[in-house]
Amino acid sequence: MLWEVDVFLTDAGSDHAARAVVTGAAVLGIPGCTHARTAAGWLIEGDLSRADAERLATRLLADPVTESFTIAEVGDPKLLAGPADLPLALHVLPRAGVTDPAGQSAHEALSLLGVRPGAVRSVRKYWLPALPHADAERLAWKLLASEAIHDVVIGPLGLTTLAGGRPWVFAQETVPLEGLGDAALETLSRERCLALTPHELTAVRDHYRTLGRAPFEIELETIAQTWSEHCCHKTLGSPVDHDGPAGKARFDNLLKETVFAATREIRTRLGAKDWCVSVFRDNSGVVRFDGDHDICVKVETHNHPSAIEPYGGAATGLGGVIRDVLGTGLGAKPIANLDVFCVGPSDTPDANLPPGVIHPRRLLEGVVAGVRDYGNRMGIPTIAGAVAFDPGYLCNPLVFCGTVGIMPRNSADAAVQPGDLVVVAGGRTGRDGIHGATFSSIELSSTSETQSGGSVQIGHAIHEKTLTDFVLEASRQKLFHAITDCGAGGLSSAVGEMGATLGATVDLATVPLKYEGLSATEVWISEAQERMVLAVAPADWEKLARVAADEGVEATAIGTFTGSGRLVLHWQGRTAGELDCHFLHEGRPKQRLPSRFVPPPVEPVKWSAAPIDLAATLLDVLALPDVASKEWIIRQYDHEVQGASVVKPLVGPGAGPADGTVIRGVLGRDRGIVLGVGLRHRLGHRDPYQMAAGAIVEAIANVVAAGADPERVALLDNFCWGDTRRPESLGTLVEACRACHDIAIEFLAPFVSGKDSLNNVFAWTDAAGHHHERSIPPTLLATALGQLDDVKRSLTPDLKRAGDRLAIVGLSRDDLAGSQLELAGRVTGGRVPAVDTAACRAVFRAIAAAGREGLVASCHDCSDGGLLAAAAEMAVAGGLGAGVDLDAVPADMALPPALRPLALAFAETPGRFLCAVPAAAADRFAAVMEGVPWAWVGAVHAEPVLTITAGGSTATLPLARLARAWRGERTAD
Amino acid sequence: MLSPRALVLRAPGTNCDHETAHAFERAGAIARRVHVRALAEKPALLDDVQILCIPGGFSYGDDIASGRIFALELAMRLGDALRRFRDRGGLVLGICNGFQVLLQTGLLLADAEGRPRAALAHNRSGRFIDRWVRLEVRGQKCPFLHGLDAPFELPIAHGEGRFVATTPADLAAFERAGQLVLRYAADPAGSSTNPNGAEADVAGACDATGRVFGLMPHPERFVDATQHPAWSGRLDGGAAGAGLAIFANAVKSVS
Repeated sequence: MLWEVDVFLTDAGSDHAARAVVTGAAVLGIPGCTHARTAAGWLIEGDLSRADAERLATRLLADPVTESFTIAEVGDPKLLAGPADLPLALHVLPRAGVTDPAGQSAHEALSLLGVRPGAVRSVRKYWLPALPHADAERLAWKLLASEAIHDVVIGPLGLTTLAGGRPWVFAQETVPLEGLGDAALETLSRERCLALTPHELTAVRDHYRTLGRAPFEIELETIAQTWSEHCCHKTLGSPVDHDGPAGKARFDNLLKETVFAATREIRTRLGAKDWCVSVFRDNSGVVRFDGDHDICVKVETHNHPSAIEPYGGAATGLGGVIRDVLGTGLGAKPIANLDVFCVGPSDTPDANLPPGVIHPRRLLEGVVAGVRDYGNRMGIPTIAGAVAFDPGYLCNPLVFCGTVGIMPRNSADAAVQPGDLVVVAGGRTGRDGIHGATFSSIELSSTSETQSGGSVQIGHAIHEKTLTDFVLEASRQKLFHAITDCGAGGLSSAVGEMGATLGATVDLATVPLKYEGLSATEVWISEAQERMVLAVAPADWEKLARVAADEGVEATAIGTFTGSGRLVLHWQGRTAGELDCHFLHEGRPKQRLPSRFVPPPVEPVKWSAAPIDLAATLLDVLALPDVASKEWIIRQYDHEVQGASVVKPLVGPGAGPADGTVIRGVLGRDRGIVLGVGLRHRLGHRDPYQMAAGAIVEAIANVVAAGADPERVALLDNFCWGDTRRPESLGTLVEACRACHDIAIEFLAPFVSGKDSLNNVFAWTDAAGHHHERSIPPTLLATALGQLDDVKRSLTPDLKRAGDRLAIVGLSRDDLAGSQLELAGRVTGGRVPAVDTAACRAVFRAIAAAGREGLVASCHDCSDGGLLAAAAEMAVAGGLGAGVDLDAVPADMALPPALRPLALAFAETPGRFLCAVPAAAADRFAAVMEGVPWAWVGAVHAEPVLTITAGGSTATLPLARLARAWRGERTAD
Repeated sequence: MLSPRALVLRAPGTNCDHETAHAFERAGAIARRVHVRALAEKPALLDDVQILCIPGGFSYGDDIASGRIFALELAMRLGDALRRFRDRGGLVLGICNGFQVLLQTGLLLADAEGRPRAALAHNRSGRFIDRWVRLEVRGQKCPFLHGLDAPFELPIAHGEGRFVATTPADLAAFERAGQLVLRYAADPAGSSTNPNGAEADVAGACDATGRVFGLMPHPERFVDATQHPAWSGRLDGGAAGAGLAIFANAVKSVS
C-alpha cells in the first residue's frame, strides 16, 4: 500500500512557499501565476490500514492547531484536487537515491506510534493556476527544484512503489591499459571521470605490468581518488620552474618550500615558545590555547558542487569541514563556523548568463540557506564570513566553509595500531557523491549539471549532530586510536589515509547501505555524507558500540588495519581488489611545471571629471555590494548558540559590522578565540603577490581590531585558482605562495592548515558554436585565528561616548587600484596597495598594547571603503555622531592637492585602524603610539551626524542617511 | 543545604544543552545532561531532581515540524512520568525548541484531554531569525520570572516561534488566567521588538500552576554581560546578564 498524506497550513495567508512561487513567477516573467497553494506531502509505503495512516497524520505529520491534511492512496484523483481556481498540481521530490532527511526522520519517528512502514519519502506539492505546461516546467526548474537532486512531476505522481534496488551480484571488472596511447588514455580518464593525466595513467600501467595483470576497476578508482587534486595538492606539491618579476626560481615542491617552510622557520625562531601543535598533517591545524586545551581550525572550499546545487553544495561543504575538525587528533569539538562566498553581481541580467549557470542571486540565496540549515541544526554558531561580488565569479562561484574546534591538550596525536578494527560510523552509504573528488578536480562546463548530478551530495545535519555527540563521548572515554572523516573519495580516501603505512583489509559487503544495488566500487568511493572512520582496538569495540547505540548512531566494523602494507578489498570473502600502499601513496609521477608571471603595466591613475563630492561618494561606497550590510545573511545564522559569544558579527546598539568576532574557548573562562578573514581578489590579476599579502594582513588586522594578541595569530590559506596547467596562471599562484611565505615570517604568524581548489574554469559553447572559457580571478582567502587573554578586553568598532577622541593609526597612501573608490566609478588605474610589513607589524603591536591598557574605546580596521567608510560604520554601530578632519591624516601621497581629500578618505592602504579614545586616556594613548605614524583626526559627538572636514570645507551627513545607504535603503532618502 | 538538581533533557539534534546546564550551574544548581533514551529506560531518574529543562536545538532535525517528534516521543514514553513530576511540585522549563516540545506534549496550554490549544508557527518573515528582543513580564504567576519587573533583553534564534492560539477564545482564556506571562515589548524608541508576528506579543507562557514554563527567547545566552551585542563600553564585562535571573529564580523556588 502506498499512501500519500498532504499537510496544509489552515491559514492560507501563512503559506510563505506559495507567496515565493508567485513572486518568483513574476520575476521569471511567467504570466497568470497570481496565486498558489502548497503542501508538505508524505509518501508512506507499507502494510498500513487507512486508520494507521490517519493516526500517523494526526499524531505526527500535521499540527492540530495550524494544519489540516488529506489522505489517499497514490493515484487517487482526490490528491490532485486543489482549490477550484488552481487546477494544476506539481510535485517536487528527491530523486531516487538522493538523501531525503525529512523522509528519513519521519520514517524513524513512525515507529514511536508502533507502525513500521517500508519506506517514507517527502514531496513538496504546489497547486497553480492553469499554466501552459512549458511555463509550469520552467517555474519548477528555475524556482522550485534542482536538476541535480530532484524529480518534478506535473499532474498525477504515477508511482506505485518507493522500493528500489536489488543486491549487487559480485563481478570483477578489469580495465586494460596496455597498448593505449596518450589520446586513448585521455579519453579513458574522461569517460570514467578519473581526472588522471596520460602521464599518470602510464605510471599506473607500468606498475600493473610488473604485477603481470591489468588493474581492476576498483583499484583504478582508488588510485584516481588518492591522486586527485582534491586529495593530494597535486599542483601545489609539484616541482615548478618559475619566471617572475623577482627573477627565476626553481621549486622541487612549491607548497613545502613556501607555505610550509614559513611555518617551519617560525617554529624554529620561536623555539621553546613554539605554540603550534600539529600543522599540515591532520584534518585541521592545531595550536595551543590554554593550560588544558588546544584549538584547531580548517577552511575548505566546495565550489563545483555549489555551482550546480547551491543549497546542497554549501550544506555539505560545511558538513565536511565540521567533520575535518571532529576528525582531528582524537576528536575535537566544533565550536564556531565561518563562511565566505564569492559570487557574480546580483544585478547580472539573465541574458548574460552562459548556459547552465545559476543566477548569482539565486545562487547566493541557496548557499546561505545551505549554511543556515546545516550550521544551525548542528548547533555550531556561524560567527564570521564575507561576501565578495565580482563578475569573475559569475560562472564559477566560490564557497568557503570553515570550522574551529577545541580539544583537550595532548590529544592531537593519533596513531592507528596494527590489529585495530576499521569502524565506519554515522550515515549509511548510498550512491551520493560518486566522483566528487575527481569532479572537483575537473573544470565545470555547461553540461556539468547533467553529467555530474551524482557528485552532488545532500546533507542530513541531524545525523552529523548525533555522530558528533557519539565521537566526542567515545573520545572522552578514549575508545579509539585514530579517526578521520569520510569526505572526498569516501571510504577509499579515509581508510586509505589511515592505513597508508599499515595497510588494511576491508569487506565492502559489510558496509551498511541506504538501499541495495551498490557495487563494491560504488561502496568504496561513495561520498555519502555524515560518516567517520575510526581505528578501534578489538578490546574497546563492545564499549564503543554501546556508546554508539546510546546516541542512536550506527557503527559497524568493516575490516582491520593489518600491518601488511597492502590495502585488500573483499566482497563476502572474495577479493575485489588489492593495492600496494606504497605505490598508492608515493607512486604518483611528478611533472615539472612551467610557471611565468609578467606584471601587467600600471595604468596611470585617472579621476572622474565630475567635481569631487565626499559626501555623495561616501554614500555610494557604503551602498556597494562588498561594503553594504550583510545583516540579511547574518541574522539567518544562529551566531550565538553554545553561549560563548563575546563579539558578534553585528555589534553596538546600531548593529554595525565587527572586524573579528570573539568567543570564549571554554564557558566560564575568560580566554578568547578571535576569528577574521581577508580577501583582496580584485588585485589578483594585477599583482598576485600583493593580493595574497593584502589578504593575510587584512585577516590579521581584523583579529587585532577585536583585541587579539598579534603574537598569537595562526593563519590558513585557501587558494582558488583557474587552470594552473597554463604557465601564466600557475605564475600568479607561485607569486601568491611567495607572499604567503614572506608575510607569515614577517608577522611570525604561522600557517597551520590550508586547502587549494584549482581548475576553477567554466567552459561553454554559445549558440553560434563558439567555444568560451572563463577563469576566476586568482583568489587567496586568508583566515586568521587569534587569541586574547581576557575577553573582557575585546575591542569593538561601535562608538561609545560623546567626547571620545578619534585617532587614525597607520600611514595612508594613494594606492587606489582595486579600491571601492574604483568600483564606485570615481577613479581608474593607479598603484596596487602594497603591504609595508615593518610598518604594519609596529601598528598591530601598538594597537594591541593600547587595547591591553584599556585605552581604546572603539577600534575599526580601515579596509574596504577606507577611512570614511570605517568612520561611518563606527557611527552607525554606536548611534553617535563624529567629526573627521581629513587634513590631519598622516599620509604619503603625491597627488594634486585637489584630489588629495578623496584619496585620504577612501584609500585602502593595509594596516590602518580608526580608534576612539576616551579623553582621559588621550595622553597615555599618544605615548603608546610613539614610533608609529598616527594622528588625532576628530572626536565623537552626541549629535547624530558625520562631519567631514577637508581642504577647509566641511560636509555633513545625518547618521540615518549613512545607515540607509549601508543597509541598501537609499530610495528612502 | 543541598543544591537543587536540574536535569537537562536532550534528544538527537538538541544543541543548547551544554550552555543551559552551564547556566543552571551558574545559578547554583547541579545540572546533568540526560539523553531521552536514557530517561525513557529509567524514568526514575526524575525522582531526585527538582527542575527539568528541555533546551533549545533542532530535536530530530525538526524535519516534520519543530519539536514534533521529540514531543511525540515524550508523550508516548514519558507522559505519565512528566505529569507526576509536575504534580509533585517539580519545575519544567522549555526553551525555544523545548517550548515547541512542551506545547505539543499537551503539558502547556492544552485542553482537558491534553490536546494543544496553541502552537508556534513559522515566523511571519518565513525565515530563521537571530536577533535580540526586549521583554516584559505580565503578572506574578510564574516563579521563573519573579522580580523581573523592569523590561529586559534576551536573544531569540528560531524559524518557528510565532505564537498562535487555536481560537481567539483560547487566547482570551489564557490571558484571563494570567498564563501569557512573557511578552515582546517595545524598544526605547517605541518600536515593537516582536520578531515573528506572535499573537498578543507572546514570547513565553506557563501552565495553570505556573511551574511549567516555555519561552522562545534564550535566557542561557545572556548569563554573562559579555553576551550582549552592545556590552563593550556599556556594561561591566564581569557582570551577569538578565537571563541568569530565570535560572536563579528556579533554583530559589525549589530550594
